[in-house]
Amino acid sequence: MTSFRFAVNVTPKPGILDPQGRAVQGSLGHLGISGVSAVRVGRRVELTVDAADGPAARDVVDQLARELLSNPLIETYDLEPIGAASSAIGVAVQEG
Amino acid sequence: MPVRVGVVVFPGSNCDRDTVHALALADAEPVVLWHEQASLEGVAAVVLPGGFAYGDYLRAGVIARFSPIMRAVSAFAADGGLVLGICNGFQVLAEAGLVPGALLRNESLRFAGREVAIAAERADTAFTHALERRRPLRMPVAHGEGCFYADEATLDALERDGQVLFRYVDATGTDAQPGNPANPNGSLRAICGVMNAGGNVAGLMPHPERAAEAILGSDDGMGIVRSLVDSALQAAAGTAPREAVAR
Repeated sequence: MTSFRFAVNVTPKPGILDPQGRAVQGSLGHLGISGVSAVRVGRRVELTVDAADGPAARDVVDQLARELLSNPLIETYDLEPIGAASSAIGVAVQEG
Repeated sequence: MPVRVGVVVFPGSNCDRDTVHALALADAEPVVLWHEQASLEGVAAVVLPGGFAYGDYLRAGVIARFSPIMRAVSAFAADGGLVLGICNGFQVLAEAGLVPGALLRNESLRFAGREVAIAAERADTAFTHALERRRPLRMPVAHGEGCFYADEATLDALERDGQVLFRYVDATGTDAQPGNPANPNGSLRAICGVMNAGGNVAGLMPHPERAAEAILGSDDGMGIVRSLVDSALQAAAGTAPREAVAR
């Protein structure tokens, strides 16, 4: 078994009302910043999974992301290998 | 003999005692069901009460969905059993896919804790048969994530199939669309309560159990509680339309 480290990035689907993103965008004027639009606020979950190989690890994370970390009605997600928890950094990155 | 109606308690539930009280007022025998148990103890109906189950971490209702009691509730619902989710209970049912739609963060980004008016779209269901259709009912909302969302095709289907149970209404009794102050959270098409296609599982964001006695400011919620208890009685007697079949 090798440890693989992933991030799951969950974001509101296009077209879904995102009041947090709108509030962040609305605050930018107070910073004197202009020219920023389409702000969307999501969630990033980082985790380590033990698996035989990269594809197996990715399958587990994908299931987790689909069934728990995101709600498919309102959110999308992507998986991002962020290096391994143990010695298999290269493997995890390669599987990305 | 009073009919036994279960009230599920998750860690973080905070409306369970109010729900127990309202059910007792409606002459039911409330049965408290702990989230770790796998049995519903033979109750004739189940209520998922309001609160902040499992701290509402990740998304409201999602972690509760995976608790042992929810496996039993899902099986009960699949068998036609009556299930009502109130506020956080509605969020749990939506996350579990037992009722359609999702509850998003309130459009205002503010927690909405105040009295609203709602109207039943149907008075011929297991949850509303003691009500008068479209008559405004006053009861509180108390939530941060209550903005009902489904895509346009799903919303059309819910309306067509009679699965919209309650809507927010304004002082004139008109549907309070997003942007109307009488809509506390931006819910699409003013929807605050829906049911599944079978008509045996329903969720609503407002709190009927907090409008159970005149001393609380309103007893309009009792029509919903009494409808449920009466339907549970009929289900227990085996005589009954457990399911109000969708139109």
